[in-house]
Amino acid sequence: MSYEFRWSVLWSGQSGAWLLQGLLTTLAISALAWVLAAALGILSGALRTVPWRPLRAAAAFYVEFFRNVPLLVWMFFWYFGVPPLLPAAFRGWLFDHGAEFWAGMFALGVYHGARMSEVIRSGIQSIPRTQFEAAYAMGLTTAQVYRLVIVPIALRLIVPPATNESLNLLKNSSVALTISVAELTFQTRQIETYTAKAIEALTAGTVIYLALCLLIAGVMGRVERRFAIPGLIVRGGA
Amino acid sequence: MLDFGVVLKNLGFLLVQGFLGLGAFGGGTLALAVPAIALGFLLGIFIGLARLARSPLVRLPAAAYVELFRGVPLVMVIFWMWFVIPQLLRLPIPEYGVALTAFVIFEAAYFGEIVRAGIQSVPRGQVEAAASIGLTRAQAMLWVVLPQALRNMVPSLVTQMIVLFKDTSLASIIGYVDLTKAAQIVNNREIRPFELYLFIALVYWACAYSMSRFARRFEPRPQGA
Repeated sequence: MSYEFRWSVLWSGQSGAWLLQGLLTTLAISALAWVLAAALGILSGALRTVPWRPLRAAAAFYVEFFRNVPLLVWMFFWYFGVPPLLPAAFRGWLFDHGAEFWAGMFALGVYHGARMSEVIRSGIQSIPRTQFEAAYAMGLTTAQVYRLVIVPIALRLIVPPATNESLNLLKNSSVALTISVAELTFQTRQIETYTAKAIEALTAGTVIYLALCLLIAGVMGRVERRFAIPGLIVRGGA
Repeated sequence: MLDFGVVLKNLGFLLVQGFLGLGAFGGGTLALAVPAIALGFLLGIFIGLARLARSPLVRLPAAAYVELFRGVPLVMVIFWMWFVIPQLLRLPIPEYGVALTAFVIFEAAYFGEIVRAGIQSVPRGQVEAAASIGLTRAQAMLWVVLPQALRNMVPSLVTQMIVLFKDTSLASIIGYVDLTKAAQIVNNREIRPFELYLFIALVYWACAYSMSRFARRFEPRPQGA
C-alpha cells in the first residue's frame, strides 16, 4: 500500500478547531433533539394507554408513521419540503438563523421520539400486573400507585433501552451532514477535503464518536447499578 | 401550491429505477437491501457464535468488533469504506460494492448481538440434556440450541432487517441511485420537494410497516392477558 500517513494534519492548520466545532454541534443538535424526543416519547407513550380511542389512534399513527421511514428522508422532508409552505416572514427568519440546524434537530427529535415512545411503552408494559394489584391491595390510591410503585420501577426498567436509544440518536445526528449541518462527520469530511488525508481524518472522527458512546454507556451503566432494586430487575448475564 | 401529479409523472423512474434498480443507473433500494440483509445476518451468526466461544482469542476480538461498530455512526463506516477500499485494492470500486460492504460489516455487529442473545435465551438444561444423550458440543449447538434460538430471535431479527432496510437510504450519500437518490434527481428537475419526499416516505413506510406487522405474528403472547 502506497498510502503515506501524516497524522500531523489533525493538529496543524484549522483541523483542531473544526473537530471541536463539529463535536460541539453534534452535542448541541443531539441534546436538543433528545429533549424533543423524550417529550414526544413520553407524551405519545402515555397517550397510547389512555381509555379514549381517538387519542390512542393519533399516538399510534405518530409512532408507526415516523419510525418506519428513514431518518434521511425526514431530513430532506423537513429541510427542503416544509419551509416553502411556511409563511414568508417565518421562512426568512429561519434561513437567517441556521435553518439546516433547526430542520435537522426537528427531524432527529421527531424520528427518535417515535422510537423512544416504544421504549417507554414496552417498559411500562413489562411491569407485572401483580405490582398494580399488590399496590392497590395495600390501600394505595391510583395516584399513589403510580407515584410510589409503577413510575419508580418503570424508570429503572427503561434506563438500559433508553440509553441505547439515546446513543442511537447521537450517532444518527451524523445524518444531518446531508443537509449541511456542520457536525462532527461533516467536519471530518472537511478535513479530508482540505488535506486529502482520509484515513487520519476518519480516524479522528471515529475515535471521538467511540469515546462519546463508551463514556455515556459507562455512566448510564453505573446509574443503572446504583439505582437497581435488588431482586427485582434481573440483568441478563450479570 | 401542492401538485401530487409530479409523483404520478415520475412514478416509473422512482419505483422501477429507484426502488427496484431496473434502469440505466443500476442501483435500487431492494438490490442493496436484500443481499445486505442476507450477508449481514450470515456474518452476524459467526460473530454471535464467536462471542460465546470459550477461547478468549476468539471471544475478545469478536467483542471488540461489536463494540467498535456499535459505537460509530453508519455514515462514518460508509465514508471509511468509500475512501479506504479503493486505497487498499488499488482499483476504483462502484458505489454498489462500497455500500454493500459497509452495510454488511456494520449490520453484522448488530445481528451478532441478536444471535448471541438468542443462543443465551435457550435454557442451560437443553445443553445438558443434549450432552447426556451423547451429542457432541457441535451437534448440540446445531440440532438443539440453534433451532430454538432462531425461533426466539425472529422478532429482533425482523426489527433489525427493518432498520437495515431504512438505512439503505444512506447509500445515496455516496451517489448510489436508490429510492432516496431517485427522488433527489427528480426533485432537481421538478422542484417539488414536499410532494416527492412525502411520497418516498410513504413507500418506505409501506414496506417497513408490513414487515413489522409480519414480525408481530412471531412475538410470544403476553402472559396472563
